[in-house]
Amino acid sequence: MELSSSDVADTRVVKVIDTRIDAAVAIQFKDAMRAETEGGPERVVLDLSEVSFIDSSGLGAVVAAKKLLNGSHVLELAGLTPVVDKVFKLTRMDSVFAIHADVNAAVPALAS
Amino acid sequence: MIEVEAGATAISVHFMSDTFEVRSSLQALMDDMEGRDYLPEERGTVELVLAEVLNNVAEHAYEERGDGKIELDMSYVADGIAISLQDFGKPMPGGQTPLGMPANLDVEVDDLPEGGFGWFLIGELAKDLVYERRGDANHLTFRMTLGAS
Repeated sequence: MELSSSDVADTRVVKVIDTRIDAAVAIQFKDAMRAETEGGPERVVLDLSEVSFIDSSGLGAVVAAKKLLNGSHVLELAGLTPVVDKVFKLTRMDSVFAIHADVNAAVPALAS
Repeated sequence: MIEVEAGATAISVHFMSDTFEVRSSLQALMDDMEGRDYLPEERGTVELVLAEVLNNVAEHAYEERGDGKIELDMSYVADGIAISLQDFGKPMPGGQTPLGMPANLDVEVDDLPEGGFGWFLIGELAKDLVYERRGDANHLTFRMTLGAS
């Protein structure tokens, strides 16, 4: 499970490099998110623009990451591709996360 | 190793209940669909439903053993695809597929559900789902409508 992160204007942007968050990587995802956010800014935006596929295990892992960070960080999402968007909408998890069209919308300082 | 047999109107894949074999099998099925007249989003929806039923077999029927045999047949029919899935693991509890209910999200962050989405997604996206236990095998069949949306 490969993630990369950078800080922009008090926000840590964590990008998922892999194209899938599925049962094969769900457990690693939570640990990788902990490592990428520890000691960093409170606001975390997870950039999912490279992720073309997520299943219910992957969705559970994103929820688990939100719960893990809760208290020290706020986790928001950006760049949901069609299948990922569908999974969040069908399960109504889109009502639980702040979701941005892309990282530029989530962090306006990036766009300028 | 996964075994793939692709024909003009159907594809059959035999593999083990290991998460990476499941991934490779899904990839083989998606590669086969890619050569046909479906939109990327339709393929993604099929992949999602197949991933959910296969993860269920791997986790529950074979209890994460990783070496259970799975046989999946996908047929291209007039209005979409028809799936027939066979495994030789434990039967479904109560002899039927779980009722997929929407999760209760009106809770504190710490109480949000991390699972239980699988059968709900299958129920929302698949049609004519039939489960049967035949001898020592589980048989699951369903259809997905594609193209008309």
